[in-house]
Amino acid sequence: MSAVTLKDIVKRFGEFTAVHRMSMDIPEGSFVTLLGPSGCGKTTTLRMIAGLLDPSEGEISIKGRRVNDVPIHKRNLGIVFQNYALFPHKTVAENIAFGLKYRNVAKDEAKKRVEQALELVQLPQVGERYPKQLSGGQQQRIALARAIVIEPDVLLLDEPLSALDANLREDMRVELKRIQHRIGITTVFVTHDQSEALAMSDRIVVMSQGRVEQAGAPEEVYNTPETEFVARFLGSSNILDGTSNGASGEEVAIDTAGFGRIAVPKNRAPKLNGSGPAKLVIRAEKLHLAKPETDPDGQIAVDGVVETVDYQGQAARYFVRVGDLQLQAINMIDDHPFNEGDTVSVRVRPRDCAALPEAR
Amino acid sequence: MGWNLVRAWTILVYIFMFLPVAVVVLLSFNASQFGSFPMTGFSFRWFVELAQNEAILRAFRTSLVLGSLTAVVSTALGVLASLALVRYNVPGRNVISTLLIAPILVPEVVLAVALLLFLNFLSINKSFFLLLLGHVIFTLPFVILVVQARLVGIRRDVEEAAMSLGASPVQTFFQITLPLLAPAVFAGMLFAFTISFDDITGTLFWKPGGVETVPTQIFAMLRNSISPEINALGTVMIVLTVGLPLLGLAIARRMAAARGG
Repeated sequence: MSAVTLKDIVKRFGEFTAVHRMSMDIPEGSFVTLLGPSGCGKTTTLRMIAGLLDPSEGEISIKGRRVNDVPIHKRNLGIVFQNYALFPHKTVAENIAFGLKYRNVAKDEAKKRVEQALELVQLPQVGERYPKQLSGGQQQRIALARAIVIEPDVLLLDEPLSALDANLREDMRVELKRIQHRIGITTVFVTHDQSEALAMSDRIVVMSQGRVEQAGAPEEVYNTPETEFVARFLGSSNILDGTSNGASGEEVAIDTAGFGRIAVPKNRAPKLNGSGPAKLVIRAEKLHLAKPETDPDGQIAVDGVVETVDYQGQAARYFVRVGDLQLQAINMIDDHPFNEGDTVSVRVRPRDCAALPEAR
Repeated sequence: MGWNLVRAWTILVYIFMFLPVAVVVLLSFNASQFGSFPMTGFSFRWFVELAQNEAILRAFRTSLVLGSLTAVVSTALGVLASLALVRYNVPGRNVISTLLIAPILVPEVVLAVALLLFLNFLSINKSFFLLLLGHVIFTLPFVILVVQARLVGIRRDVEEAAMSLGASPVQTFFQITLPLLAPAVFAGMLFAFTISFDDITGTLFWKPGGVETVPTQIFAMLRNSISPEINALGTVMIVLTVGLPLLGLAIARRMAAARGG
C-alpha cells in the first residue's frame, strides 16, 4: 500500500507555477528523497503533503485517505524543519511530549514514550534541559524525537541537515538512516545535497523547475540519467554532443566528435529510440587518464593534454583538452599525479557511458 | 582631558534634568507648610493628608481604572493587529501599519482636538468610555511596535511544528505563540499603563465634566496654590511610573533566566 500518493498535483503562486502536474507514489516504509536545486519545487511539494500549502489542482492521499481538505493538525505527520523549530520555552521532555498531549496518551505512558524517544536519538540525559542549552546536532536529534514519538503515518524532513556543520552532517546522516530503518517509518526527505540523497534514499526524485526529471533508485539515477539535467546535477559528468545510429542488438552506437563511435549498452540508453541527435554522458571518475605508451586494454582511447590539475589528496580532478573538447576526469592518484601540459591517453569503457536523447 | 570634560558635561546635563525630580521627592518629606525650601524637618504628613484628600483619591482611582483598562484593551488590540500584520497577508498592510503608528507621529494636541471636533460633529457627548477610547488610540502604537518586533523574531516554523504535532491554530497560539510573545505583551501593557497614567494633554480635552485623573487633578490644584501635597503626589507618581516598569523588567528577566536564558 502507498503511504503517500500525489495525483496530478499542480501548485501555482499567482502567475508562477511552482509545481507542474506531478504524480508520485511513496510506498509504505520507504525513504524517498526529493532532490533538486533551490526553487525546483521540492519544498513546495513537501509543504503540500504536510498541509502547510494547498495544491492548486490534484489530489493528495495519505494511507489511502484523501487529505486535501484535512488541516495539518489532523494529518498525523511528523515534520523536522531545517532550523529544528524546537519550542524555546519548553524543556526537551516537554517538547517531545507536546504531540502526545493531543493524542490522549496517559501521563505515565507519555513519560515512557518520551524516554524511549530520547534513547532512540541517543540523548537520554537531556530531558530537563532547554533547547538553547543543546548544540545544533543535539537540537536536531530532539526535533527528530519529537516528530517520531507521535508515531506519525509519514515523516517529512525539510533539509534537516543543512544547518549543521560538515562533520556533524555526515554523522547525522548515518544516524537518521539508522533510526528510519529501525522504526521503519515512511520518510520523505527534501534536500539539495546529492550526496545525502544518494547515501540515504531508497528512491530519489530529481526535480527541476517544478517538474520531475527522473525518479528511481540511487544507482539508477546516478548511472543512467534520463535527462541532461540529471546527468549534470548528480556528480561531475562530461556531456558530449553526438548522433545516434539506432540500436543494433544490445547496443546503441553513438558517433561523437571527440571519441568517434561508442557502442553504449542498450540499458544505459533507455530513453534513446531510433537515430538522431543524442548526448553521450561520461562520469568524470569513469574517464581514465593514462600514459600514452600503455596498452588501452579494450578501452576507447584518444590523445589529450592536461590543462588544469585540481589535487585532492588521494584523487585528483583533471581538466583535459581533447581536440575542441574540454573534459573532466577524476582519477585516483597512482604514484604521482599528471602535470599540467602532459600529453595523456584519455580512455573510457563503452559500458561506463550513458546516452540520452537531445532535449526536446 | 577631553573625555573628562565630556564626562563632566554629561553629569551636569543629567543633574539639570533630574534635580527637579529629586527636589520634589525631597520636599514631599518636608514638615513645613510650604512646598518649598528650607526643609524644617522630616515628616510623612503630606502623604497622610494626601491619603485623606477625597478629590485626589478619586482622581487616583480614576487614573488606575483608566490606566488598567487602557492597558488591557490596547494590548489585546495591539497583539491582534500585530498578528494580522506580521502573520497574514492583509491587503493594504503598509497603509494599515502606518495608520496604526500615526498617533505617535501626530502631536498630541492635534490628535486631541481632532477627536474632540469629530465627536462634536457626531454630536456624541464626552464620557469615560470616550476618554478610554482616546487613551487606547495613542497607546496602541507603542504596544504594536513592541509586539510586532518580537513577533517578527518568532519563527513561523515553530508554530508549524506545533500544528504538525496536532495542535489546532488556536491551541498553537496559546501554547506557543503567546508564551513566546509574553515579554513583549507584558512590556506593551506596562507602556500603555504608564503612558495613560501620565497623560494630561489628551485627557484635558476628552475628560467629561467632573472626572479628574491624577495629572489633571494636579494641574487643577496648581492653579490655586502650590500645596506640599502636590510634592507628595508627585513622589507617588514617580514611584508608580518608574518603579512599575522596572519591576516588570526584573520579573521578565527572572522568567527568561528560569528557562535557560
